[in-house]
Amino acid sequence: MKKFKKVVSAVLAASMVMGLCACGSSQGTRSADTTAATNEAADQASADEAAQSKAASDVKVGFIFLHDENSTYDLNFINAAQEACSAAGVEYLLKTNIPEGQECYEAACELADAGCDIVFADSFGHEDYMIEAAKEYPDVQFCHATGTKAHTEGLSNYHNAFATIYEGRYLAGIAAGLKLNEMIDKGEIKEDQAKIGYIGAYTYAEVISGYTSFFLGARSVCPSATMDVTFTGSWYDETAEKEGANKLIEDGCVLISQHADSMGAPTACEKAGVPDVSYNGSTESACPNTFIVSSRINWTPYFSYIIDAVANNTEIPADYVGTLETGSVELTDLGAAAAEGTADAIAKAKADMEAGVLHVFDTKTFTVKGEELTSYMADVDTDADYTADTEAIKDGYFAESGDRSAPYFDLQIDGIQLLDTAF
Amino acid sequence: MTDSKVKEPLYHIVKRDDISAKKAWRIRITAILAALVVCAVVTMVCTGDNPISIFATIFKGAFGTQRKTWITLQYASILLIISLALTPAFKMQFWNIGGEGQVLMGGLASAACMITLDGKLPGAVVIILMIITSVLAGAIWGVIPALFKAKWNTNETLSTLMMNYIATQLVAYFTIVWEVPKGSGKIGIINQNSNTGWLPALGNKYLLSIIVAVLITVGMYIYLKYTKHGYEIAVVGESQNTARYVGISVEKVIIRTMLLSGAICGLAGLLLVGGINHTITTTISDGQGFTGVMVSWLAKFNPIGMIFTSLLIVFMDRGASEISTAFELNQSFADILTGIILFFIIGCEFFIRYRIRSAKKSKKGVA
Repeated sequence: MKKFKKVVSAVLAASMVMGLCACGSSQGTRSADTTAATNEAADQASADEAAQSKAASDVKVGFIFLHDENSTYDLNFINAAQEACSAAGVEYLLKTNIPEGQECYEAACELADAGCDIVFADSFGHEDYMIEAAKEYPDVQFCHATGTKAHTEGLSNYHNAFATIYEGRYLAGIAAGLKLNEMIDKGEIKEDQAKIGYIGAYTYAEVISGYTSFFLGARSVCPSATMDVTFTGSWYDETAEKEGANKLIEDGCVLISQHADSMGAPTACEKAGVPDVSYNGSTESACPNTFIVSSRINWTPYFSYIIDAVANNTEIPADYVGTLETGSVELTDLGAAAAEGTADAIAKAKADMEAGVLHVFDTKTFTVKGEELTSYMADVDTDADYTADTEAIKDGYFAESGDRSAPYFDLQIDGIQLLDTAF
Repeated sequence: MTDSKVKEPLYHIVKRDDISAKKAWRIRITAILAALVVCAVVTMVCTGDNPISIFATIFKGAFGTQRKTWITLQYASILLIISLALTPAFKMQFWNIGGEGQVLMGGLASAACMITLDGKLPGAVVIILMIITSVLAGAIWGVIPALFKAKWNTNETLSTLMMNYIATQLVAYFTIVWEVPKGSGKIGIINQNSNTGWLPALGNKYLLSIIVAVLITVGMYIYLKYTKHGYEIAVVGESQNTARYVGISVEKVIIRTMLLSGAICGLAGLLLVGGINHTITTTISDGQGFTGVMVSWLAKFNPIGMIFTSLLIVFMDRGASEISTAFELNQSFADILTGIILFFIIGCEFFIRYRIRSAKKSKKGVA
């Protein structure tokens, strides 16, 4: 009998919980520091007051992320989103682990339904679904990082964004090149053993542009440098990235860098004691002995920019390219593994870039199949047939991100060996 | 009941002979409520957040707005269709864990039609071809392990599972063939401008899957309960020897049932590709080929019961992802809650089949 009473009381307690949750369902979201009342206000505002500008604090932003904070790539976006929104005092919602399918469309629509004035998505495969949502909610601004279609889609509320991260990669490459020089000077390796290993996600222009600029940066200070690249076929695959790094190290690569989003490669390097240039943010805490430097895109300036644009009712361009100048392209602090004089060399190259004297893809610094490039038609307007449509060589350099924000440098330059191109 | 011995353990487990449906449901509801209480405690201890608002958020995540409700129903429909597809196979004790692959093959067939026939044939013809090829592709993927089982008595659990990997790799291969832009590893929305091969929206774009699910549920209920085929499946499931003795061709039943099972999975693939996502990826079925097994078992292979079990799973899943948004908690926390609830729901089946008696009580003979 006693037992029965206990069961009954447990059931009653639980049913009360259920009852309360039914009542409580009108209040729920807690993000930022605003209440449900402002939600409704924002709803109305977005409908009929869209033409008027409003206080920045009335803007509400929704974010869609492919993974969560365990991915260095998404963490970089999440941090920037929180920073920009807190600075502007705006309300925001974060949706993590949204796959690149219809779920993205649904998430974008749910955010628009929740009164967001801006909906942002961070992964390449989200693009088509963001476009679908943008067509349905003409009063909401849809912004998408790494996408390629905004300039041809002709939607006034759909925008792409990226940054000249190839400049950051080049600077990080200088740090790598100097590290190779240090190893040569110390007699740890011979000049012709200065081989870099690189773990890429896909054989996609964004990755190609990234490793090529990194390599050119390294070779600008260490002329004997070569590079092997392996691909994982995934933006986030910790095991494959770790195995990729181990394979490259076994093949004689003495320095590793990567363009994939897990901690796989950096931790493999730490274990093997091989220096690593990482991406998306510092990995120094996990890899104190091997971390040299990391380049990353700082998305805070872009997020602040679009919040301002919506608050002041100014237009957001179809393509936004963050630069060193806007603070969008950054290097982290140097790690203990960095060679002497790295900071100065990077500072000098950065100044030259900002002054327009140094171009990353200067055609004099690389060859394709033994020849210097004078003309190259790039596939800037995305289509199923990969039509090469735009001349990319301008004034003696490949003008990356000039005609659209997402990278389109997809040449295989000499000195870089691709180990597998299955992806 | 036997009289207690000197050294009888404090508790012992007794199999229930029969249990009334009412009592069984009382145990199930108690389990769900107990699960909610445990979730509440875990929530308070781990996050310090108010469990009541967490439960409210779960509910809001699934049914908070009209759109959310539709999405929940649509997701539940797809899961239900896949579960229904697996049900006849499991009912005849054929462990078809190849639902994932059968769905993928159906989806791949649809995507192939959409991509290769765009602009070459009228839209309606493309859609008819998509229906035929996706059902056929799913059926073929289902019948291959069935043929091996029927002819050589191979282990269907392994062969259906292996067929999943083949299907995944085929999709991965075609993703690279059809990717846009080059190297990106993504096909993106197929025919985004021409909409060729997009299944028509019946008033509301979520409705088509729901209607198909209802039709298949009713159809499957009738098929299993009132047709000769359904009876044969039940007999084969109970005992293959009995089936042979009464003159049922077990091989024929296995092949026929897996054709059906695969065909319905293929149809789910068609809905996912042509009706919902308009693209194909290796993860498009999102593990539902496996979740469907659980949905089907939980409902004891009753198609009507599956409506509730599939809805419950989708409800929990959608609610869980809402928690991570609203409370900025990691998705893993939502998964923990889902895990607790499923643990209780599956665990309570034990108490429906068995009862625990304490030694003291059984002495007194308490019922």
